[in-house]
Amino acid sequence: MNHPGWRRRRAAQREVSEDMAGNAASAAAGAHEAHHHAELSFWGKYIFPTDHKMIAMQYMFTGMALALVGGFMAYAFRMQLAFPGMEVPGYGLVSPRDYNALITNHGAIMIFWVAMPVLVAAFGNYLIPLMVGCDDMVFPKINRLSYQIFFVSSIVLIISFFVPGGGFGGAWTAYPPLSAVAKYSMTPLGSTLWLVAVALEFVAFLLGGINFVTTAMNSRAPGMNLYRVPIVVWFIVIASILFMASVGPLIAGAIMLFMDQVVGTHFFDPASGGDPILWQHLFWFFGHPEVYVVLLPAIGIVAEIITVFARKKLFAYKIVLYTAFATGILSFTVWAHHQFIAGVDPRMAHIFTITTLIISVPIAEMLFVYIATLYGGSISLTTPMLWALAFIAEFLIGGVTGIFLGASGADIYFHDTYFVLAHFHYTFFPIAIIGTFAGFTFWFPKMFGKHMNETLGKIHFWGTIIPFNFIFIPLFILGVAGDHRRIYNYMHFPELARPELQNLRVLATVALLVMLAFQFVFFYNLIVSLWKGRQAEKNPWKANTLEWTAPSPPPHGNFAELPQVYRGPYEYSVPGRGEDYWPQNVPS
Amino acid sequence: MIEHYVAAVSSYARDIDQLILLIGVFVGFWFLLSEVVFFWLIFRYRRRDGRAAQYVTGEEKHEKRWVTIPHLLVLVCDVFIIVGAVRVWYEVKQDLPPADATVRVIGQQWAWSFVHPGPDAELDTADDIRTVDELHLEVDKTYHFKLTSRDVLHSFSVPVFRLKQDAIPGREITGWFKAEKTGSFDVQCAEICGIGHALMPGKLVVETPAEHAAWMAGRAGVALARMLHEPSGLAAAPRRAAGGF
Repeated sequence: MNHPGWRRRRAAQREVSEDMAGNAASAAAGAHEAHHHAELSFWGKYIFPTDHKMIAMQYMFTGMALALVGGFMAYAFRMQLAFPGMEVPGYGLVSPRDYNALITNHGAIMIFWVAMPVLVAAFGNYLIPLMVGCDDMVFPKINRLSYQIFFVSSIVLIISFFVPGGGFGGAWTAYPPLSAVAKYSMTPLGSTLWLVAVALEFVAFLLGGINFVTTAMNSRAPGMNLYRVPIVVWFIVIASILFMASVGPLIAGAIMLFMDQVVGTHFFDPASGGDPILWQHLFWFFGHPEVYVVLLPAIGIVAEIITVFARKKLFAYKIVLYTAFATGILSFTVWAHHQFIAGVDPRMAHIFTITTLIISVPIAEMLFVYIATLYGGSISLTTPMLWALAFIAEFLIGGVTGIFLGASGADIYFHDTYFVLAHFHYTFFPIAIIGTFAGFTFWFPKMFGKHMNETLGKIHFWGTIIPFNFIFIPLFILGVAGDHRRIYNYMHFPELARPELQNLRVLATVALLVMLAFQFVFFYNLIVSLWKGRQAEKNPWKANTLEWTAPSPPPHGNFAELPQVYRGPYEYSVPGRGEDYWPQNVPS
Repeated sequence: MIEHYVAAVSSYARDIDQLILLIGVFVGFWFLLSEVVFFWLIFRYRRRDGRAAQYVTGEEKHEKRWVTIPHLLVLVCDVFIIVGAVRVWYEVKQDLPPADATVRVIGQQWAWSFVHPGPDAELDTADDIRTVDELHLEVDKTYHFKLTSRDVLHSFSVPVFRLKQDAIPGREITGWFKAEKTGSFDVQCAEICGIGHALMPGKLVVETPAEHAAWMAGRAGVALARMLHEPSGLAAAPRRAAGGF
């Protein structure tokens, strides 16, 4: 079936949008059509692309490169904690100043430069147009600009490590006055560059978010009503909306902090009538929804994978969708649980305890739905499925331990201990690492037209998951024992210098080394598979969603003819059909 | 479970520990249940030749039940946890019992300063005893503490008390504690405060009344000397004065 009218309408729509964005370069609809088929130069194709898939790859590989930087930082500071004062191979001595800069930038990189670009930007860019059945993002040039700004932000961040005074060391939350006043932080240039990098990164994702929401809302293939949109697309859209609605206060805060640092204003300086706690509100009003901004794409990826490899319809699609809406809305009401003991009015803690515990309900329900989806399935444990199932198993630990911290009375003890640290690593590691590997191994055949090696994939999986638990379960115990965060040497504290606690620190560090070593298996597998992997057909997993109807890898413009949609994305094992899947674009 | 690692010394430490245990029981139940069902389903419905997957929409009422009933039960557990959390929080942070004495706690880069009321039991008088990184308390006596900071944020954390409170420049935050055991314990700074953040270990010494009186007597000369040298001794900062407020 062909849809010339549909395609023209889309192109015309795009013209209007581009003009609205002050971008009149692509003048005529005809020119636009031609552009899809023209051969692009190396620069046009790989360096300054407007193709959503290439931009996705730029985000993906920049994110992975920065994950290596963040991982190296973790290696350096974990070595210092396990063997205080040791000359760390490949790094050298970790001074207290280095230690603070390492933990600060490890956190900032892993959240802002790994989880965000990979989960939201890379998967969002790659999947949304392919899964809703259109040829590209609605604003391709804004999309390109988004990555370019992101790239600049990464460069600024990396420069900030090497300026005089060293990188910023005031923790990724950058609480003033420490972050605002150079004589306290002792990193005058580092803290300003860090802040500029973070602000640029926000601009990049604002631009990206506009594209995701607009494309998913306006460019869906005919027949794809909102209840036929794959969960991962929905979740990335909800995440983008959450991001755009929450980041405003933080951008304002970042500008105020920048002015405090550079111009000499006193927004956060109590001596001149400012208030340092104001920053915490602005930061966490963004910071808590941010957790769900990165969680939703990851948990959406998991939904796609478990339905395919269990050959099951997603249990109660609408419940899943509504739990995500509920989580999104509630996520704006919980921010001050990060500030229970920060000096806010103690009565406020009650309200935020209630909202925080209530947000456990939709998230628990979502996980119940995923577990229920497995019921009656035909589950094959391929590499992507292992990652997706591991996400559920591990994220549950992160979820339940959050209850201890959301309950104000218990948080008095656990606040700012390693219990918090282990808790959020049990959420962020499943999100940023497990979710990424799940999605990457699942869509790899589509992205590159090659299969990854399953055996190596499984070795990498077990070599990551097992050490991961050996890193963070000891850290839960250390948190219970009173290890407070961001301390470069526990030997100063008699209660914490006991050998049984130090052994746990060594165990966590050794497990980290093992886990990092196994990442070489992944990169080896990646390179070898790209080079001489088995050729992938269009739909190797026998999946239903539209991206699998495009060639592998999809060309510029994605579909030879734009698809028509007849049903929802999860019609697996429908009784009375010969095949156990029923692609969305196949007429009844 | 916490006492296995950290002694419970304050009057409310046990309440916090019990709350943590209560939460542990609730979430432990849900966690184990979910994981057991999850792994059992993976095992039970692993792919076998000749066995097709079932078509379950999850939209029917009798199917939705499997998700909605657990979700309501989670909500019920949440209510119990909220009640427990609010009660403990109220006791520790909101409801200050009348004080037998008051101490002042000042955080700065990178030390804790403590101001003890001297023999007259009144704070902000000439016989106050000032110390750096060492807080002396009398056992079984209710203290209020007045917490502030001279420069950046710090957090006054005493694990054996299960107490933590951020210190904020420009504000004075009042809290309370009552030590029920004698001994010497760690004081931490739990909020990153610059490159010396790890160099703020303070010492808490909980003493019997006799020991405390003896300690105070030993310090009397120091207080007197300072009073003679600096008549306005109250305003003097033990180290560098910063910020100014």
